Amino acid sequence: MTGRRESSAWILVALAPVVFLAALLVGRFGIRFTDTFRALLGLGGVEDVFRALVLQVRLPRVLAAACIGANLAASGAAFQGLFRNPLVDSRILGVSSGAAFGAAVALLASAGWLGVQVSAFAFALVAVGIVCTIGSRLGSSPLVLVIGGVLVSALFNALLGLTKYVADPLSTLPAITYWLLGGLSTARWASIIPLLAVTVLGVTFLVAVRWRLNVLTLSDAEATAMGVRVRGFRWAVILVGTVLVAASVAVGGMIGWIGLVVPHLARAWVGPDHGRMIPVSIAVGAIILMVLDSVARSAMASEIPLGILTGLIGVPAFFLLFVRFLSQRESTR
Amino acid sequence: MRIDADRLSYAYVRGRDVLRKVSFSVGAGQVAFLLGANGCGKTTLVECLAGIRTPRSGKVLLDGRSLEQYALRERARRIGLVPQIHEPVYAYTVFDIVLMGRSPHLGLFARPGRRDRMEVRRALEAVGLWMLRHRPYTQTSGGERQLALIARGLAQGATCLLMDEPAAHLDPRHQHDVFRVVTQLASDGFTVLVTSHHPNNALLYGDSAILMIDGAVVAQGSPESVLTAEHLEATYGMPFELIHGPNGSKAVLPKAPR
Repeated sequence: MTGRRESSAWILVALAPVVFLAALLVGRFGIRFTDTFRALLGLGGVEDVFRALVLQVRLPRVLAAACIGANLAASGAAFQGLFRNPLVDSRILGVSSGAAFGAAVALLASAGWLGVQVSAFAFALVAVGIVCTIGSRLGSSPLVLVIGGVLVSALFNALLGLTKYVADPLSTLPAITYWLLGGLSTARWASIIPLLAVTVLGVTFLVAVRWRLNVLTLSDAEATAMGVRVRGFRWAVILVGTVLVAASVAVGGMIGWIGLVVPHLARAWVGPDHGRMIPVSIAVGAIILMVLDSVARSAMASEIPLGILTGLIGVPAFFLLFVRFLSQRESTR
Repeated sequence: MRIDADRLSYAYVRGRDVLRKVSFSVGAGQVAFLLGANGCGKTTLVECLAGIRTPRSGKVLLDGRSLEQYALRERARRIGLVPQIHEPVYAYTVFDIVLMGRSPHLGLFARPGRRDRMEVRRALEAVGLWMLRHRPYTQTSGGERQLALIARGLAQGATCLLMDEPAAHLDPRHQHDVFRVVTQLASDGFTVLVTSHHPNNALLYGDSAILMIDGAVVAQGSPESVLTAEHLEATYGMPFELIHGPNGSKAVLPKAPR
């Protein structure tokens, strides 16, 4: 059983690079298979337009999709363990609400993509900072943090509403609305470099500590008795998870459900041990978002917002999950 | 390994001590039962002994050395906490639960290796659960869970086990299965402290008993000397009688008015 789980974990992880290459072949412009690879490998004989399209448009975009999917899934998986609650996702501490408000304010001030990205990232950290400050005053138990996250999310949603209310309904309001729907059409090398850097560092950290995350799912008393410094470790994971999500949301807008659903899929596949579950979550998150983004940019003449696609697929998946959860509960009684 | 409580006091709220100068000692090879009414401070005491709570005054000694002088991981390699049976949120296998006990032997970035798995195997075989290693912990019986939590303590390398109400929710047979393992471990030199609401378990399986009322120790010694009708009445606020069986066995019964 352990052997089967181990091998299926590696198969899923190995599938991610394959999907990555496949996603590069997909797009509104038909570029020949061989031309795509010649462009990637820096070989000659490819028209400059196609080379630019592959290297300057598709490559950064697919990379961004992979990073965002991996980040949302990894932080969602870590948070579900940390908060001992399978219904938690990467947005639980108010990251997304803070980022949405930050982006909306920047758009209101007619800032460029850089301003929007920086503002979204900064306000995401502000929102989580408020939650953690409140939480640490009240004993930093998972319950306090979750309630704090819900409250701060509500606060930033109200502020977002206010921003929309005062926005010019002909130009700024649509821009805010489109940003909130999520999407990667603006992803270029310049705009995704910070995301790439954060992803490499953060995901490496979560992968490195993944086995230790198991102990956090037990009570604080038990984990302490097993020699784990619960508080410090929990804060470190919260910090890393938050930065991963903040950087992702700053580039891709509101992309929901990945952080909730993917860890459940991973757990169903390889069991709850974070040693296997974290790498599989990362791989599946990256795969799903690369596939969905390929659909978003090539299925119709105009782009389908990514947030809508993840919702259309995420909600039914969540429903199935919930039904399964209930039937499992019944069968163990 | 010998564990001593030396005039331990603890307060959750300033000025209201839930432990009042508690002193006792349990030596290697001994099973000590800690008895007292609900809310008398048993769990708090266990958590102080495990180093989860820091006493307001007094100290815990491990082989004569203050617990504070041990690093957190060193403590975890000596003392195993066996909590009350719980329902974890995620369906870890029995093996994975016991494997977590290897945490104090592994660095933050490490994953368990072959040696850790061997230790887990030894621990599971010691409590007789090796056959159940692939079973989800959430689908095991109460007795099996208690044994798995003991095995986790063994995997930590602990030679002192602190067990918080291991008999709770268990039928007499499963209680016996758990205590058979516990007494076996004690005869192998383990130090075991068990909190309990069953005076008869102390008479059956205990080498010593410690009786607490309102956070203070009122009697300690051999189970027969501690569990007298007077002591039990003072502890639980109702009359008890001591029953002598034909083969020298003893039991206490509440004298319930019909």
